[in-house]
Amino acid sequence: MKNFSVFDIIGPRMTGPSSSHTAGAVRLAHVARHIAHCDVAEASFTLYGSFAETGKGHGTDKALIAGALGMEPDDPNIKKAYQIARETGVLTSVTFSDEPVEQPNTARIEITGSQGQKTVVIGISVGGGNILITEINGLGVELTGEYPTMVVQHRDAPGVIAEISHVLAQLHINIAFMRVFRHGRGEDAYMTIETDEKITDETLRMIQRLCPNILRLFAV
Amino acid sequence: MITQAFANGESLRKYCFEHGVTIAEAMQLREEHISEQTREEIRGEMYKNLVVMRDSVYRGLSEKVESVSGLSGGEAAMLFKYGKYSPFSGSNACRAAASAMAVVEVNASMGCIVAAPTAGASGILAGVLIESARERGWTDEQLVDALFTAGAVGLIFAQNATISGAGGGCQAETGVAAAMAAAALVEVSGGAAVQALDAAAMAIKNVLGLICDPVAGLVECPCIKRNALGAVNAMICADMALAGVTSLIPFDEVVATMLAVGRDIRPEYRETAKGGLAVTPTGRRVAERVRRMQA
Repeated sequence: MKNFSVFDIIGPRMTGPSSSHTAGAVRLAHVARHIAHCDVAEASFTLYGSFAETGKGHGTDKALIAGALGMEPDDPNIKKAYQIARETGVLTSVTFSDEPVEQPNTARIEITGSQGQKTVVIGISVGGGNILITEINGLGVELTGEYPTMVVQHRDAPGVIAEISHVLAQLHINIAFMRVFRHGRGEDAYMTIETDEKITDETLRMIQRLCPNILRLFAV
Repeated sequence: MITQAFANGESLRKYCFEHGVTIAEAMQLREEHISEQTREEIRGEMYKNLVVMRDSVYRGLSEKVESVSGLSGGEAAMLFKYGKYSPFSGSNACRAAASAMAVVEVNASMGCIVAAPTAGASGILAGVLIESARERGWTDEQLVDALFTAGAVGLIFAQNATISGAGGGCQAETGVAAAMAAAALVEVSGGAAVQALDAAAMAIKNVLGLICDPVAGLVECPCIKRNALGAVNAMICADMALAGVTSLIPFDEVVATMLAVGRDIRPEYRETAKGGLAVTPTGRRVAERVRRMQA
């Protein structure tokens, strides 16, 4: 059973109308923006299941665009997301798909950076504003964004996990959950590390410097 | 142990009685314990919720809010204005109901609200507290206390039953919100923990079995008006408890019953928009119109 905080009951402060279809959608795209880790030039969304069926009335399209623009679920400007995207020169497109999916509130988020680099994130809104990222660039992951999270793209080599956990230990950062994913043996791999303490830019720089097998590293 | 005090209503009542504290105080002690934050930080965070709640009431009553679907907006202000012409429900209850509707109208217009415990039931606690404070001159400190009392009751439902329409129907959303608000009103008025829990029990009993059947799957019809009912439900249950009326069935047994009934409610009536008002001829027509907006 989840150890509820009083702020899970009185809260979150959010832009309506729906914690799953609006607040959760903002968070999905917000996390996707962090994962893409670039100046967003273009954001394309495909909505599935209940997201597609009732998304328009719940403002799910606006919520996703707002998240990709960097807004949080309580931002009062979420409803102006289309306008803000136009004004800031971010291209957007939203598709409501009737293709069947396993999870009711699924979104596919494709973010293109100003250098043309593409990131595809698939995630679901699981209720109460909570989310689960299930796929990054075709790689299956599990990432909730509930804890400070570090996503590490690294070479699939022996000792990488030990190196990173060693640096975190020295910085007194406690690992709550840690998962490793890869395409295949010896290919690039991903690690998601959820921690109790905040991950600062300084922490990221330190890890990057001390762990040569890391290709890319960012906090969510 | 403070965390064990929140296992159920009886353990909370006992903790409050033995330590001579209110439910609000116990809730803050628990939050300090699990979050490792100070009292000031926790109260500061709750105060931010109060500010957003108050703003959402005022916005809904004063501005022209219209939902994305075009189905709702403006009715809260109508009811609030009517509240001064000796309404049958009494001007206080009428205005609290209007304030509750205002919040959910703001929610439907993609405005900012505080989920309490959910977005669909967000009007009830805000509506009764802001209206009661206006009428009785309650301070923000008292209102922050009230939010902790309400949070404690909601927490017990979340842990031992459900607070989602998909899990237990509307009784789990507007029912729980009314129970939370009833307990808060009792405690701010000086009632004991046992009275607050009795008020909460009565509020749920009044709407046991209430289904969740949103037209077009949107948080508008019947949600907005059920928040009006929830506000009045909370107030009458608080009044009953403060008058000394008790609940024959104890709080914890009511919580368990709400869960059992929620599980028996068929999925069509649990937020899927496949039953109840959602499938009436008008409900279907509205859903079709909203779908066409998407094309």
